[in-house]
Amino acid sequence: MTKKQAQQPSQMQTLTRLLKYVYRVSPAALIVSLVSVIISAAASVVGSLFIEQVIDRYITPMLKQKSPDFGPLAHAVLLMAGIYAIGLVANYLFTLLMMVLSQQVQKQIRNEMFTHMQRLPIAFFDQNEYGDIMSRYTNDIDTLMQMISQALPMFANSVFSVVFVLAGMFYLSWQLTLVSLVVVLLSLGVVRYLTGKSSYYFDQQQKTVGTVNGYNEEMLNGLKVIKVFSHEPEAKADFDRYNDQLRIASGKANTYATILFPIMGNIGNLLYVLIALLGGAAILAGNIPLTLGALASFMQLSKAFIMPIAQISQQLNAIVLAIAGARRIFQVLDEKVEVDDGQVTIEEKPGVKNAWQWKVPTENGFKYVPVKGHIVFDHVNFGYVPGKQILHDISLEAKPGMKVALVGETGAGKTTISSMINRFYEINSGTITYDGIDIKDIKKDDLRKSVSIVLQETHMFTGNIMENIRFGRPDASDDDVYQAARLARADEFIHDLDDGYETVIDGGGSDLSQGQLQLLSIARAMIADKPVMILDEATSSIDTRTERLVQVGMDNLLAGRTSFVIAHRLSTIVNSDLIMVLDHGRVLEAGNHDQLLAKQGYYYELYTGKKEIQ
Amino acid sequence: MLKTLLKSVRQYKKETLLSPLCVVVEVFIEMYIPYIMGLLIDNGINKGDMDYVRKMGLFTILLTLVSLVLGASASYFSAHAAAGFTANLRQDMFYHMQDFSFENIDKFSSASLVTRLTTDTNNIQQAYQMSIRMAVRAPFMMIISLVMAVSISWRLTLVFLVAVPVLALAMILIIKNARPYFPRIFRAYDELNRKVRENIRGVREVKTYVHEEEQIENFENSTSKIYKLFSRAMFIMAFNGPVMTLMIDAVMLALSWFGAKLIVGHQLATGQLVSMFSYTMSILMSLMILSMIFTQLMMAQSSGRRVADVLTAKPTIVNPAKSPLTSVTNGEIVFDHVDFKYDKEDAHYALKDIDLQIKSGETLGIIGETGSSKSTLISMIPRLYDVTGGAVRVGGHNVRSYDLKTLRDNVAVVLQKNVLFSGTIKDNLKWGNEKASDEEIVRAAKIAHADGFIREMPDGYDTMVEQGGNNVSGGQKQRITIARALLKKPKILILDDSTSAVDTKTEREIREALKRDLPETTKIIISQRIVSIKDADRIVVMNHGKIEDVGTHDELIKHNDLYSSIAKFQEENSK
Repeated sequence: MTKKQAQQPSQMQTLTRLLKYVYRVSPAALIVSLVSVIISAAASVVGSLFIEQVIDRYITPMLKQKSPDFGPLAHAVLLMAGIYAIGLVANYLFTLLMMVLSQQVQKQIRNEMFTHMQRLPIAFFDQNEYGDIMSRYTNDIDTLMQMISQALPMFANSVFSVVFVLAGMFYLSWQLTLVSLVVVLLSLGVVRYLTGKSSYYFDQQQKTVGTVNGYNEEMLNGLKVIKVFSHEPEAKADFDRYNDQLRIASGKANTYATILFPIMGNIGNLLYVLIALLGGAAILAGNIPLTLGALASFMQLSKAFIMPIAQISQQLNAIVLAIAGARRIFQVLDEKVEVDDGQVTIEEKPGVKNAWQWKVPTENGFKYVPVKGHIVFDHVNFGYVPGKQILHDISLEAKPGMKVALVGETGAGKTTISSMINRFYEINSGTITYDGIDIKDIKKDDLRKSVSIVLQETHMFTGNIMENIRFGRPDASDDDVYQAARLARADEFIHDLDDGYETVIDGGGSDLSQGQLQLLSIARAMIADKPVMILDEATSSIDTRTERLVQVGMDNLLAGRTSFVIAHRLSTIVNSDLIMVLDHGRVLEAGNHDQLLAKQGYYYELYTGKKEIQ
Repeated sequence: MLKTLLKSVRQYKKETLLSPLCVVVEVFIEMYIPYIMGLLIDNGINKGDMDYVRKMGLFTILLTLVSLVLGASASYFSAHAAAGFTANLRQDMFYHMQDFSFENIDKFSSASLVTRLTTDTNNIQQAYQMSIRMAVRAPFMMIISLVMAVSISWRLTLVFLVAVPVLALAMILIIKNARPYFPRIFRAYDELNRKVRENIRGVREVKTYVHEEEQIENFENSTSKIYKLFSRAMFIMAFNGPVMTLMIDAVMLALSWFGAKLIVGHQLATGQLVSMFSYTMSILMSLMILSMIFTQLMMAQSSGRRVADVLTAKPTIVNPAKSPLTSVTNGEIVFDHVDFKYDKEDAHYALKDIDLQIKSGETLGIIGETGSSKSTLISMIPRLYDVTGGAVRVGGHNVRSYDLKTLRDNVAVVLQKNVLFSGTIKDNLKWGNEKASDEEIVRAAKIAHADGFIREMPDGYDTMVEQGGNNVSGGQKQRITIARALLKKPKILILDDSTSAVDTKTEREIREALKRDLPETTKIIISQRIVSIKDADRIVVMNHGKIEDVGTHDELIKHNDLYSSIAKFQEENSK
């Protein structure tokens, strides 16, 4: 799924892989259903032949008998009932099995995809749009399930029906079969043409739907702005244009999709009449040895012949769609997971709460290094994509307990630097050490357990406020949560909510203001209480008075901890121990506030308002 | 609900009627064919009358061709009627939404309006198409088949008297037992999708807090839940096919047995028995299709209700009924004992007893903590919301007596949560005034201090703004939206925290430009920063939905504790 597409697997390869996947989930279910499909198809064909049996072998002879003997007929009816019963059981079995199997596959494939996704590097999420990843969980899996539960069994059923019907027809009369085959070939052409047209227009329709939805989304999210600007007439005019495109595409797509069956049905009727004419003429002329009952059966069979062919063609389309979906799912499953071969782990010092130590493997066992939060960047170079370097030769040292500020314009590399510390991305060259240990040697989970980040754009998870703060440290007590919320100045607004800490917020956190979300996210970081803290525009939406109050709580917390602060408002960072001024991924100036002011350089211009941070 | 929706059929009535008409004739012919075929066998082949066979054969082929044309036409008409009806429905909804007040929008939420306009209308389209074709076809086919079957042999038809009720009962039982599962399944799917969404959006949080395992476990709970619910529903649904087949098979066997008896008793011809088999199949097939249609319509029902809810929602703010004012004389604003709450049921007033006079051309600053109803206060002026009590007057007249467009054109609000739309920067600016000349645009951009950076962009004023305006920085976006508002040449300009991302120096310059270039315009500036408002003619201090104080900066610093404490904090901060 990286931009540079590798050789795409062929449809056949993807289908094989998919079938293997399904087989692996439940081999027994798949085999039993396949056998059931065959049995069910056979039973229904035998059923169509049954009429011939009844008329030819039983009814016609009985007509000639003086006192008709219904015994043989009763026997045949019972036998047929038996065959029907077998078909019935087979039908039930494969319907149920395929439905359940498709659910099993769906469950497993979702779980695998999600588990795999959790191990993918951040770069994956940068390169793939949210909507695109999301649609793999929804649309792609849906088409896949559609195929397994419906298209596949129907396809198999139709193929076997055609085979059995053909065999039955041959058995009755090879001459009439040849005639039928000609008609079938002709109708096959019609089917291919119609399904081709309909999938073309459905494609068109999907594309138009995409545009219309995009337009609606934009317009409805901006509905308040539209009203403020009295822009309603223009919005209506634009909407009408898109809406009409969709109407036309959708009308055509649905016409072609539904026209197939009346056409195929009537071709079936035509064939039926044709057989009657030809067969009748042949019987009367005595050209072919065919009984009346056999002709009736043949006609019945020929009717059962056309529909499966239309079915096969339709199901083929569904299968092709599903292959495209499967390919996109496999792409995610094939994505390379984050590199994680570090051996150093972190653990709590025995008996001391919130005091941590690194467990470093040595040649003979382990040694322990206390966690202090000493971060050193040594000539670090980095780019998100090859050939486009973002960070150039960054060196910096954050001694334990220091507050380091990163200052610069959008795109200067502030967030990029902070993302290197907990190894969201792999640096191209240079080293980053944490307490003297190369972060590549530290197990990723353990590294991240020692760094906490508060981002400008906050995300909460569905659950109540209590749970969301506890996200920072799952074993935190209720009192810990209250304490953290108080320090982050969040308790005031939480108390104003109807349900207080029990207030449920949905994933988007839509009921809370951006500022309130930031307070929650700070509380979440406070409860996590890690040796190194990164605050990336963490207070940008909080009013200055509250920010000031949060700052007090934060300063208490940060005392003795290393912190990296990115802030738009210079007021937030003037008291930093080290201010790194960045420009286009390079360090421009470094020092504390007074040193930088004395220098009268870039920072001085920013601080005095001569320059603007974009 | 149905009545509301069907109003949107309009010009597609013709197609809507033609489709079932074609279907009825088509079914009639289709059902007639097996009858002729029976005649063909009995009178033609059995009696060796080849002329009869040829004549009836050709007649049948003709009928088939007619039926084919009719069937295809029905497809065409139904597809176009459904697509057209739905397009009208979408249009009606979209137009109606344009008349919504902020209150209406808040009540539905933008996200839900999007789903109603897309997913729900799509469900309705499917249902409508089915209703005017399949839902006509199936019952009609069943009735005709039944009549034909009775006319061939009423005795054999008695078989159905047993079969159909049993089948119907089985179907009802299946649907009734399986149906309760589906809303639960849909809810479980929503939950699942929500979890995926949260984990994609919040991937940095999950990784930072090393929550991968918990999230996976949580996710697997959801997938297992869906699996369990679905399997249970499927266990019931899987009976559908076999029950159908069981009935078809049983009827076939019964027909063979009793048919044979009748034939032997010379009460039935062989060909008639063959026709009977055909009609039997038709009857049972239509029953099956009916049950399918029924399930589909059930599903579309909730979509229909959601769409109808939008269509019947009354816009809470509308133009005055008689002779609305179409011009605003000046920018004077009077709040006369204004009370406001967002919801009638609320106990809490968002605004309480606001009394305030603002002179035309005055610059008014508003300050207060988050949640003190600053934005609510100014929403009353362009009637984004209507007051609950008291009155707001602009230019000497109650805002309710103005034509809405006139009022909003004269009261320009730069909203706190502002958006740019996809299109060029110029397109976005022209939202303020469609007919603005290039000079006017540049002039507005200069006042808003946007001209400089716009010119530095690759295509200047023709630079494309991405959806949501992601390719301009926060400060730039704010300045573009100010310029957009200025192009309206409003009598009243309201900036709701609109320069928060702009640096202090530029902000000061924008303020000075506004003062210099728009002396007649009343300017209201909401801000959290003292520096942004300290030069205003008067400053309003808001506290919990009330005006706590009004005065100049110097007065407030001396007399107002809240104001001076905010000022003190910010002063310390900037040192």
